[in-house]
Amino acid sequence: MPGDLVADLALTRGELAIAAELRCPPGITCLMGPSGSGKSSLLAALAGLLPADGRIVLGDTVWLDRKRGVDVAVDARELAYVFQGLALFPHMTALHNVMYGMHHVERDARPAKARALLDQLGVGHLAHRRPRTFSGGEAQRVALARAFGRSPRLVLLDEPFSALDRELRAQLCRLVRELVGELGVPAVHVTHSVAEARQLADRVILIHRGKVIATGTPAEVLTEAEALE
Amino acid sequence: MSWAPLVLSLQIATIAMIISVVVGTALAVVLAWKRLPLPDLFHALVSTPLVLPPTVLGYYLLVSLGPHSLVGRAWHALFGADIAFTFTGAVVAATVGSLPLVIGAVRVGLDAIDPNLIAAARTLGAKPMRVLATVTLPLASPGIIAGAMLGFARALGDYGMTQMIASERFNGLFGIQNTSPASIFVYDELVAMREDAARNMAIATTALGIAMLFLANRLTRRLHRAR
Repeated sequence: MPGDLVADLALTRGELAIAAELRCPPGITCLMGPSGSGKSSLLAALAGLLPADGRIVLGDTVWLDRKRGVDVAVDARELAYVFQGLALFPHMTALHNVMYGMHHVERDARPAKARALLDQLGVGHLAHRRPRTFSGGEAQRVALARAFGRSPRLVLLDEPFSALDRELRAQLCRLVRELVGELGVPAVHVTHSVAEARQLADRVILIHRGKVIATGTPAEVLTEAEALE
Repeated sequence: MSWAPLVLSLQIATIAMIISVVVGTALAVVLAWKRLPLPDLFHALVSTPLVLPPTVLGYYLLVSLGPHSLVGRAWHALFGADIAFTFTGAVVAATVGSLPLVIGAVRVGLDAIDPNLIAAARTLGAKPMRVLATVTLPLASPGIIAGAMLGFARALGDYGMTQMIASERFNGLFGIQNTSPASIFVYDELVAMREDAARNMAIATTALGIAMLFLANRLTRRLHRAR
């Protein structure tokens, strides 16, 4: 079982000192806060893409414990990360992008599984095309397929829908809820959109200047988030 | 007029290009590593062949690879042949001249890669060597190909270092025997007052160099467009 993500992290980005304790149970936790509050840096630190002090535990697996000298490499953390710019591999087709992280699937079964995932996200027709030919919404769906194709134990989403219109964003939010629900894992979704958090979040963590200032259900926290906006 | 000098030069340039692409790409990857100690010193060292006079580089090659040098003696013990004044010496000279150009072009290719693509590959479970093979090198391929073509053109045109370490006539591959590379041939023919032969060889070498650079530009642009 994946279990909760529990993290107590400290890192510095430029002049911003980030120190945050997070507890994210299975389901979607929205990490909210104004621009420059340290949300994306925290996400990158959870993935191991940025060096940080402290501790990260997912269920019963320790990913980071500086005091004990534990620092599991990024590639061994069994997570899915959707970047703000999506970072689809431009030299690979959609199918190969999705298959890239499927280490857990037998090699022969990967194309069918990747195709099924692309179909589920409504972009099966793009399987043999490269990212430069995708529209914004299509690229988002392929990026989600690639992330969830890894069968991750933790999903990290760094404002992946920020450039989309409201309707497309609502569609993708529903898809993300569906996919996270199927896996039953914690997902941390960075956003500064209160509307997006209302649609997606089971829990909200509000960050300001690198510190957690509120944690709770959307109803408890989003009014405060609106005030900060 | 025999075209053997041009064929010999093509053989030397091809082998030098292959070696400088392999070594140059590896060095460019190391130089792009953010935790490399003393990066400026390493950059200066690999770029040195661009700024030193060819005769100085040739002198170093002669001293370090000549028949009485440690490397020269070890090579002779292993292969029963010398490095200096042979096909091998000419390949080494051409490679040393090409290497900085290849490294420079590959670095441009590496610098153009979005760092998030590398990070994405890591988050998808790829270990560093897999990231290198499946993401970094394919995305840097326009730079690698441009480097290969530049390296080839530079190797084809090398004169100074080749003159120092391989000025005598020597044998090439596939039946090319007892001749000089094109660049040295042109000089020798001019000195011997055979201007026609010198001019023909000069024109052929120039055409080949231009063709290689033209191809490099076309190929690089096509690869960029394919992304």
